[in-house]
Amino acid sequence: MAGGPSGGRLSSGTVFDIRRYAIHDGPGIRTTVFFKGCALSCWWCHNPESQAPGPETIVHEARCIRCGACVEACPNGAVTWVDGAPVTDRAACRACGTCVPLCWAEAREVAGRTMTVAEVLAAVERDRAFYEQSGGGVTLSGGEPMRQPRFAAALLAAMHGRGLHTALDTCGHASWEAFERLRRDVDLFLYDVKLVDPAAHRRFTGVGNARILANLRRLSDAGHRIVLRMPVVPGITDGEENLTAVRALAASLPRLERLDLLAYHTIGMHKYERLDRSYRLRHTAAPDPGQIDAIASFFAAGGVTAGAA
Amino acid sequence: MSVISERVACLRRQSLDARPAISPERARLVTAFYRDHAPAEPPPLQRAHALAHLLERQTIWLGPGELIVGEKGPAPKATPTYPELCCHSLADLDLLDGREKIPFAVSAETRAVYEREIIPFWRGRSIREALFAAMTAEWQAAYDAGVFTEFMEQRAPGHTVLDDKIYRRGLRDFQAEIEAARAGLAAAEGPDAAARRTELEAMRISADALVRFAERHAARARELAARERDPLRRGELARIAEVCARVPAHAPRDFWEAIQAYWFTHLGVTIELNTWDAFSPGRLDQHLRPFYEAGLADGSLTRERAAELLQCLWIKFNNQPAPPKVGVTAAESGTYTDFAQVNLGGVRPDGGDGVSELTFLLLDVVEDMRLLQPSASIQVSERSPDAFLDRAARIIATGFGQPSVFNHDLIVRELVRQGKTLADARCGGSSGCVEVGAFGKENYNLTGYFNLPKVLELALHDGVDPRTGRRIGPATGDPRGWAGFDDLFAAFEAQVRHLVAVKARGNDAIERLFAERMPAPFLSLLIDDCVARGRDYHDGGARYNTTYIQGVGLGTVTDALSAVRRHVFEDRSVSMEELLAALDADFAGRERLRQLLLNRTPRYGNDDDAADQVMVRVFEAYFAAVDGRPSTKGGTYHINLLPTTVHVYFGAVLGATPDGRRAGTPVSEGVSPVQGADRHGPTAVLRSVAKMDQVRTGGTLLNQKFTPALLADETGRRGLRALVRTYFRLGGHHVQFNVVDADTLRAAQAHPEEHRALIVRVAGYSDYFCDLGRALQDEIIARTEHAAV
Repeated sequence: MAGGPSGGRLSSGTVFDIRRYAIHDGPGIRTTVFFKGCALSCWWCHNPESQAPGPETIVHEARCIRCGACVEACPNGAVTWVDGAPVTDRAACRACGTCVPLCWAEAREVAGRTMTVAEVLAAVERDRAFYEQSGGGVTLSGGEPMRQPRFAAALLAAMHGRGLHTALDTCGHASWEAFERLRRDVDLFLYDVKLVDPAAHRRFTGVGNARILANLRRLSDAGHRIVLRMPVVPGITDGEENLTAVRALAASLPRLERLDLLAYHTIGMHKYERLDRSYRLRHTAAPDPGQIDAIASFFAAGGVTAGAA
Repeated sequence: MSVISERVACLRRQSLDARPAISPERARLVTAFYRDHAPAEPPPLQRAHALAHLLERQTIWLGPGELIVGEKGPAPKATPTYPELCCHSLADLDLLDGREKIPFAVSAETRAVYEREIIPFWRGRSIREALFAAMTAEWQAAYDAGVFTEFMEQRAPGHTVLDDKIYRRGLRDFQAEIEAARAGLAAAEGPDAAARRTELEAMRISADALVRFAERHAARARELAARERDPLRRGELARIAEVCARVPAHAPRDFWEAIQAYWFTHLGVTIELNTWDAFSPGRLDQHLRPFYEAGLADGSLTRERAAELLQCLWIKFNNQPAPPKVGVTAAESGTYTDFAQVNLGGVRPDGGDGVSELTFLLLDVVEDMRLLQPSASIQVSERSPDAFLDRAARIIATGFGQPSVFNHDLIVRELVRQGKTLADARCGGSSGCVEVGAFGKENYNLTGYFNLPKVLELALHDGVDPRTGRRIGPATGDPRGWAGFDDLFAAFEAQVRHLVAVKARGNDAIERLFAERMPAPFLSLLIDDCVARGRDYHDGGARYNTTYIQGVGLGTVTDALSAVRRHVFEDRSVSMEELLAALDADFAGRERLRQLLLNRTPRYGNDDDAADQVMVRVFEAYFAAVDGRPSTKGGTYHINLLPTTVHVYFGAVLGATPDGRRAGTPVSEGVSPVQGADRHGPTAVLRSVAKMDQVRTGGTLLNQKFTPALLADETGRRGLRALVRTYFRLGGHHVQFNVVDADTLRAAQAHPEEHRALIVRVAGYSDYFCDLGRALQDEIIARTEHAAV
């Protein structure tokens, strides 16, 4: 998706959601623009529909009224009647979206649509009064905005040009050139740090972390405001070894604002069903608030301000 | 949070545990009075003497531990009735006693008293009977169809709020003013001088009556003190006797006397007549501030004592259930709450910030008491400090719907637009649910709810109610012949204009009925300029007189109009014929069409201009039909938009609507979007609502439902503060928050016995969730829940 001439900006990209009144994605009241596509596939991901770069069909079974409009409409024969209900064959579905406008019950949607910079701007401008009152703005998140760096750069520049505060929520897995292209239009980086051990990182996210850590260091050296965000996933990221390493990493960043602890939750679990995908943390429970507080204290003992986000 | 004394904890528990019951005492006394005195005197004197008769004879309650004294009935929650206005039948009493929600216990003795004394005397004489007899067939047909309701069919005009006059002057001072007004009358004899003299004499008598009531409390306190063994309590009783001998005859000298002066005044108004929405103290923090500060300065008052006295006042409010309602009035206002509202903050008469230390103390009381009555609101001005909002947000986060949040700067502008002076407007605020008034100087009377979606249903059926086949509105044409949306809207507008006029003509007759037969001399004493004009509150005596008709179902009617526009006239995906057939069939066998209407229509509450422009058109049409119409009191009609619980009743009399709503289900409430239609979070809702020019209303009501997690921390509260400030900057009037999740509400439906203390925000008031009817419970569950992103 991130094509186009090298070094240029792309005037459109794939977005899977725009959420207003986001109050945990940076300061104040914000609108968060979720980019589609992520190079990582974290086991705990609560936005699985954001991982693949292209559009995907999502089916909300509970809303289906069994009218059969999708069965009739599908040009690929991917939807058929099984026991009185329409069932989608993922292998045959090309996520072309033909069925979506005909599904009046809104049981079918395609996650991910192409939006132009102008369209995103028009959407985020709607809440300007709330940003101004609260010191808020716009956050790019995902998926992973850095998978569409030219679109992200174009958006950030346009928003900056209009005086909107910008935040970039990123896993950091991108080339430095990509960061270089947009970092001056980012007021705040919300930078993920999951696992410091490279092997563990590769196991649970699908990619190594050398580039991620190097980009973090360079952004810090360049003087950017950074908030680290660490998902607290029981049994995966909350081991003492990892916490000690994350604390040391955080303490080594002189311009770090703070570290947000994001408690693992199971809210995203049902989304896997809608995508007919299996979920690997089915038996992991959310950490209790006491554990988050204990981890925050552990960070504080090492001079790192941390707390639940 | 402050520490609650054992005394207050005990009184609060008693108030919560007391079961509302009908007390026949007032009915008996007033019946005996009318039997022996009527109709020898002109009505103002008759009413003043009736009040004196009541206050001289009704039981004095002075309970253990009480500091603030006085009850409307013979004991807490022993609820008086007003047969001169609405005489309950035996069937009514049986219904009140046995109904599942909002019951009032009726003893066999009470029932017998009604059967023997009350009903035989009042049959054919009550205002309720006279009112319905005075209505035209057209009015009756629209009323029966559920196009509008009538506030005065069981209760007297109300929504009245006091200013600061009773804190500066006693009733003896008021009587001196009456003498001065009489002297003025003698000097300039006019055609109505005799009537004015009579009215002034009635006011004078009613002032004596309340002073006498206070003296009886003083005597009772002395009597109890003489018998009391505990020296501490003996001292308190002696002090109570002293306070009651002082106020309300004379101006209060300290904090305790000021609170007691208010409470006696409140009782006087609500014993005289069963005013709609009781009576409110208004800007209580400002009124009590001089007493509070003086007491702290001279050491006669502590913060703790001040809190305790206020807590005792709160309990007094909670001891008074709203007068029992039956029929449509019960359906439109099914609650024990009598809507007294305490305003906190706002601006002072000079425009400065009204928030003080006492404001924060009062917020502590609101949180600590956690009672349904009185309701508390914060009046937010641009001058209000963030700390004020933050303190309120912390209480809101505890999830009992209080305090509600008002834009005081806008309220001032609303009042000024209506013709009040800036100084009078700044002394005003909100009352009832969300209604604005110039406190102490205005009779602003809500007269009934107006069912906007029902009117659209009539427009879609050429003026005939499809439920009954009766003609209710004018013939505005067969919808199948309409060429475009403008034809539909013109028909809707014509129906609105016609039916508002029907309602207003009914109001004219009702206003005269109260002016002539049911004056309120005691209330008149309290509202400027009734004394100066020698005219009753019900007869245009107040400085400002406003009549409201409250629009209901704005979200439903907007979405319904938007759906017809989109699918019938723009996309032409559905014919009018097909749509009407589907509505008449309540979408039976047409579920796919219903889903199209529900999900593929631009809907209000999403910051979608296509829908919001329809909302603005509806607003303008309703405004044009109502605003500026003259009343019989020399005043003017205005609109406001709020529902109490009538959106359930209005939905019950309404067939399926073109927004996909099924027949009989509730319509939207206040200016809120249709339950579940708003899908883009609170900022989108606020922006949609703010497209309405709310300065031209006398109040709009907006409900928002947040999950507890969204307000659990400082980030959440900061977000809430910014939402409120921004909405108000955009011209919003009011917003209130339910902080509860749907799972909790469903659990309460399933196991009410385990959730008796669960309080939710309904309309402009809070109520126990388990006291609400099932349809209303379902409606609240269906309201969109804003969760953390």
